[in-house]
Amino acid sequence: MRLHGTHIKLTERSLYSVDVKMSVELDVFVGNTTIMDKEVYQLWLNGYTVNDAVKVRIEGGVMEECEASAEVLLSDTMDQYRTFQMCERLLHHPAKLANQLLFQIPPDRQAMLIERYYAFDDSFVREVLGKKLSKGTKKDLDDVSIKTGITLKSCRRQFDNFKRVFKVVEELKGPLVENIRQHFLLPDQLARDYAAIVFFANHRFETGKKKLQYLTFQDFAFCAGQLINNWTVGAVDNMMEDMDVDLDKEFLQDLKDLKILITDKDLLDQHKNLVCTALRGKTNVFNEMEANFKNLSRGLVNIAAKLINAKDVRDFFIDLVEKFIEPCRSDKLTSIDVNLYLTHYTNSAHILDTFKHHAVWTRYMGVIKSCILRMYHD
Amino acid sequence: MPGKLKAKIVAGRHLPVMDRASDLTDAFVEVKFGNTTFKTDVYPKSLNPQWNSEWFKFEVDDEDLQDEPLQITVLDHDTYSANDAIGKVYIDIDPLLCSEAATVISGWLPIYDTIHGIRGEINVLVKVDLFNDLNRFRQSSCGVKFFCTTSIPRCYRAVMVHGFVEELVVNEDPEYQWIDRIRTPRASNEARQRLIFLMSGELQRKIGLKVLEMGGNAVVGYLQCFDLEGESGLVVRAIGTACTLEKISTFPATATHPNNSSPSKDMKEPGFGEEAPGVPLSSGPPTPLRAQTFSSFSPSKSYSRQSSSSDTELSLTPKTVGIFLCPSTPALESESSPLPSAHLPCHLRPGMASRSTTPPPLHISQSDTAMLRKSVSFSEELLLAVSGMGSGGSAGKEAGPLKALLRQQTQSALEQREYPFFTLTAFPPGFLLHVGGVVSARSVKLLDRIHNPDEPETRDAWWEEIRQEIKSHAKALGCHAVVGYSESTSICEEVCILSASGTAAVLSSRFMQDGPLDTEHRLSRQPLCVFSTGSERVEGDMGSSASLGFEEVVSPGCGFCHIPYDELNIPFPAQLTYCYCCRRYKVPDVLFTTIDLPTEANVTGKGCLIQARLCRTKKKAQGEGNATAISSLLPFLEYELHTQLMNKLKLRGMNALFGLRIQISVGETMLLGLASATGVYLTALPSPGGIQIAGKTPSDITYEQHISTMQKKINDTIDKNKELYEINPPEVVEEIIGSPIPEPRQRSRLFRSHSESSDEVSELDLSHGKKDAFVLEIDDTDAVEDIHALLTDSPTPAGFYSCNTEIMPGIQNWTSAIQMFTSVRVFRLNANLTNQGLNKIFSDLCENLLKSLYFKLRSMVPCCLCHLNFTVAIPEDELIQVAVTAVAMSFDKEQPLENGKQSGEKTLIKAITENDEQLQFNLELNAETSSHNPLSSPKGLSEVGSHLSARAPSVDYSSFADRCSSWIEQLKLKAHTIRRGSVKTTSSLEKASPLPEGRSRSLRSNRSYSGSSVAVVKMTPLSFIPGAKIIKYLGIINMFFIRETSSLREEGGVSGFLHTFIAEVFAMVRAHVAALGGNAVVSYSMKECVFMENPNKNQAQCLINVSGDAVIFVRESELESTSVQTQSATTHTSNGGEGT
Repeated sequence: MRLHGTHIKLTERSLYSVDVKMSVELDVFVGNTTIMDKEVYQLWLNGYTVNDAVKVRIEGGVMEECEASAEVLLSDTMDQYRTFQMCERLLHHPAKLANQLLFQIPPDRQAMLIERYYAFDDSFVREVLGKKLSKGTKKDLDDVSIKTGITLKSCRRQFDNFKRVFKVVEELKGPLVENIRQHFLLPDQLARDYAAIVFFANHRFETGKKKLQYLTFQDFAFCAGQLINNWTVGAVDNMMEDMDVDLDKEFLQDLKDLKILITDKDLLDQHKNLVCTALRGKTNVFNEMEANFKNLSRGLVNIAAKLINAKDVRDFFIDLVEKFIEPCRSDKLTSIDVNLYLTHYTNSAHILDTFKHHAVWTRYMGVIKSCILRMYHD
Repeated sequence: MPGKLKAKIVAGRHLPVMDRASDLTDAFVEVKFGNTTFKTDVYPKSLNPQWNSEWFKFEVDDEDLQDEPLQITVLDHDTYSANDAIGKVYIDIDPLLCSEAATVISGWLPIYDTIHGIRGEINVLVKVDLFNDLNRFRQSSCGVKFFCTTSIPRCYRAVMVHGFVEELVVNEDPEYQWIDRIRTPRASNEARQRLIFLMSGELQRKIGLKVLEMGGNAVVGYLQCFDLEGESGLVVRAIGTACTLEKISTFPATATHPNNSSPSKDMKEPGFGEEAPGVPLSSGPPTPLRAQTFSSFSPSKSYSRQSSSSDTELSLTPKTVGIFLCPSTPALESESSPLPSAHLPCHLRPGMASRSTTPPPLHISQSDTAMLRKSVSFSEELLLAVSGMGSGGSAGKEAGPLKALLRQQTQSALEQREYPFFTLTAFPPGFLLHVGGVVSARSVKLLDRIHNPDEPETRDAWWEEIRQEIKSHAKALGCHAVVGYSESTSICEEVCILSASGTAAVLSSRFMQDGPLDTEHRLSRQPLCVFSTGSERVEGDMGSSASLGFEEVVSPGCGFCHIPYDELNIPFPAQLTYCYCCRRYKVPDVLFTTIDLPTEANVTGKGCLIQARLCRTKKKAQGEGNATAISSLLPFLEYELHTQLMNKLKLRGMNALFGLRIQISVGETMLLGLASATGVYLTALPSPGGIQIAGKTPSDITYEQHISTMQKKINDTIDKNKELYEINPPEVVEEIIGSPIPEPRQRSRLFRSHSESSDEVSELDLSHGKKDAFVLEIDDTDAVEDIHALLTDSPTPAGFYSCNTEIMPGIQNWTSAIQMFTSVRVFRLNANLTNQGLNKIFSDLCENLLKSLYFKLRSMVPCCLCHLNFTVAIPEDELIQVAVTAVAMSFDKEQPLENGKQSGEKTLIKAITENDEQLQFNLELNAETSSHNPLSSPKGLSEVGSHLSARAPSVDYSSFADRCSSWIEQLKLKAHTIRRGSVKTTSSLEKASPLPEGRSRSLRSNRSYSGSSVAVVKMTPLSFIPGAKIIKYLGIINMFFIRETSSLREEGGVSGFLHTFIAEVFAMVRAHVAALGGNAVVSYSMKECVFMENPNKNQAQCLINVSGDAVIFVRESELESTSVQTQSATTHTSNGGEGT
């Protein structure tokens, strides 16, 4: 078994010196049940060097608790780091952790190891969300590290996790979240987050623009969930012939038909009237809504119509912000107003006599509405 | 054609990628046994191949089955070039050869490569069909069970303990053969692994033959070691204790039918079934003549290595024969007389008859009954008889014909053994009568090439010499046996130190037919009928019943402390007092032993690990000169270790050491000595005095002050320790201590004369003159260092206890959480150091290692590190390697009161029943170890009542002023004996009292790692698993691995390399145990860990040898739920044989 000697330099002649007269050359501790300290594991995951980790531990007061010396702490930390390093190979394929023979780890510990290994920092993921998980991106991680204050080592781990999950599920059929959960033995929420990351990376959604900076990873993850659940092939086809990762091409094609809502002048006016009738008296910003209706409607329908082009898919979120959220915000709509508006906007379309694409409209607007509502904050 | 070995290769998983192009592997498997090889088909392009092969069948001799491992090689098929080996699996077939062990090996086993480590796993099925061997000249010993456990294994009872077996085989080390220059490291490593596998198989088979010859069916306390002698060869040697074991039926079903059909049981049944009634209990004292006839019955040399094959048929006769005709059977079951058929076998055995005059059967039966009678009051008489032996007839005081007879029998039985040694460290109650002290012998030898591997005479002769010496030391201590016996070596270049040590002891003669009675007996047991069964276990069990009509009664809690030697002729200076428990017999002031603390011993407070550490520089030298230099250093080393032990023991306020293990390691420029033991306060022994320091030049005021502050520190430490270890014996003062204080010199002369190797060095007087050993003079720097060293031993952190024995006195309520671990450290000494500097460093590094362990295991608090086993080595100049293997066991702090009252280990480790009313006389109740309980039950009181009244408040301190310290007299160039020395001030009387109501269920099994797809296998160096019951022994695990790397840096440096390797070894042990169907390894030990590195070449190599017993255990909770009703019948039977 090869170890990647990247984490600690154990190659020097001695590990540490006790005093001038003596140094420790080799120091190992192996338990029949592998002993792993959660705290040290976290420090390791955070990319601390052994020495930094020892400092943190000393500050944490573990020494007083256990009548230990700094030397004992150093020895323990090095040992744990080595153990984690040896386990890392297995953590890359969590299923292996359960049926490997090298380390005897209780199942609850295994779950903890996996969950923490695959946990990521929101601030980090925000930086790489939607980016291609390529070598190029990885090279830029030092900038990300500086920007986020997360150690480069930790950044690399997180990035490699994304990439690994991406590679595995890319080739799998069936529901994305379920695939991730089964393959990487992750808890449900974490699996959903990974699904979002994979989905974003796959479609290369633009998330880095300044206008999108106010959005958190969880906002995007929510939207991704909406898209995965409603707009992919797997969402409608229970046969799971295709993957969850790709948007339903047919649906995207059908979306072009929605253009009629803005190209047909009658239809547009009719739609506006219906919405305004429904809204009148229910909101303080009725006038702004009325004035902006055509503009907003054009924006949303145009987004729909363009989604067939992969390039425009990338701009989905920026488009939502520019074409809808910003105008609303400048009109000082509250999210309740937006909710109200979108509800009536969606429902009214069904009443239009010449509008035939009800199914597509529902499928489209359902997602748009929940995404916008989620994204509509400061 | 006695055996058919069948193997089936099912599948592989996690194989390494062997073909970079496809990232896949075309794997196939070669299955090899002896010279026969089978191959599976190639399973193309997969890392998880499914071969599902046919059954490969090997038709082989059972001799080969024992010697050879099944070798499975996984290869990657390559069309154009040679096939690449992925790795190998060696499977030891031995467990399958014994009907009572495993029946099939099936499971995922790691594929191991000496360069790459574990590379995936392979699923195999292995079975053996054995045909009965009727060949009287057979060389195999299939069916003999081997146990590493140094006590009677838990689901067996000892029908008989036959004695010492030893064997060694030698060979050239493949690493040093010329061919090694042209072959790859992998080939060389594999040759070595295979050779050692073969050698251990052969060794085991040979030992098995000896056991069969002795009439036994098992080896307990099997200890196998390797001596890597480099150029001069490879020695594999083993020692063990031959026994006849009988399986105790543990399941309710069998318990209800005691006459079930297990073959071994059937043979026993007549004996136990037709006990008692016809036996003339009151028969007159037998004459010595008869006894002699009887003892002449024993073939004197049957265990010697010159066993002839004509005797081997013995092994084919029914096992009953062994009971009656074994050489070591002076005390026979009474039932033998009404069963003339029992004598039949002796006529059927020409081999035996030719060796000794066959006595008429009549004589046998008569002496049998005589034996029975005698056995009742056996132990005390034996004491007298044996102590008389050393002193040439001074035992005549009370010795009637009965005693003389007894003495002859016991003596003859034991003396006819070449070596009356026992590798056991724990014994069935009543087996160990008295303990004399530690005996040890060392010898420095120069290695030379072993010319003829088939004639390992030199090595044999060396060990013979040492064993003789041990034997004579034991004799000098008035003991006829050595228990807790072990042997070890330390090799540096061509110098080899051979060491042996053990505890001189007097054993009950019923070790021939020991034991736990079977189920019926226990149930029907009442004090009187016990006698009618002819079992003396009563004595060990319950002093109260034994006292009926017999004056000599030894209580189980203190009997072993009573001196076995003649007090008028003490072989060494010792301070004797009357036993603080029974007040009748003399006890020494301090007791050192190599055995585990007897479960029935009365102990005050808790115990702790005590270590003496020493480092001595030595000049570099070659050959003879080197050997001489080492020889002359050894006595000093041992003396200082002893002094250190004694001081540290006193500092903790304790008076006895158990599990003493002294390791001396030799390097080119230094010698290391490490003595580890578990200190306890034996209630029977006097309380130790303090340590006094004195200056020789008491002129200076500041100097005086310095001394007094030191003295204060020491006194404070003692007080603190007493509190820490809960040593608070009631201050009972005594009046009479009529112990004569012998002239040390004269007596020890006598002792010395027994050992052959005494020469000039023995004349050295290394003691502090005749002064009290515990007055430390601090005018020389050495003593100052000593005192500092004493005080620098930091106490264990709160919540931790440590010991190097199996169990810790005073702790009972273990939880099921156990954590076995191995820790290895290598230190480099950077500067030229003086002896004191070295000492300090060595001591510090041991202390630091312990501290690290405590820190690591802090989550298990409150917990005890049990069986802490330190191994030191000097791999090269300036390097010190320390390896520790131990188990951390959590315990519950709750219910300290209730549990404190009862002696725990016994009750702990077994299932406990509700309805124990009728069983209240069972031994576990009486096996009290400690009691802080001031109350004594009526029973206890009646037993000691007379002594209570005899006590009066007065202390004679002055008589102890002149203490003995001249034990050093016995130090010799090559050997010496350690025993006691010491001091006392106050006394205590505490009688352990049987409190039937005090039993409690202790262990709850908490956590189980269910749900994992890999079976959890527990490992422990102990012979038991807390909260669980071992229901089956599956066979011995004895594995040897070599790992090498030429990319040390890439594998994480030396630590990364060794860490991985140790983890791999654990994994392989667990996998093999799981494949045998087991879920734990008990008595696990890492016997060898040789690590070599060459960082400049980026290389390292390591050899590891581990062993243990694969077992199946069940949680007590599960047991209880299934069989509460029947347990009363079964659990107690299971219990008798197990010493903890």
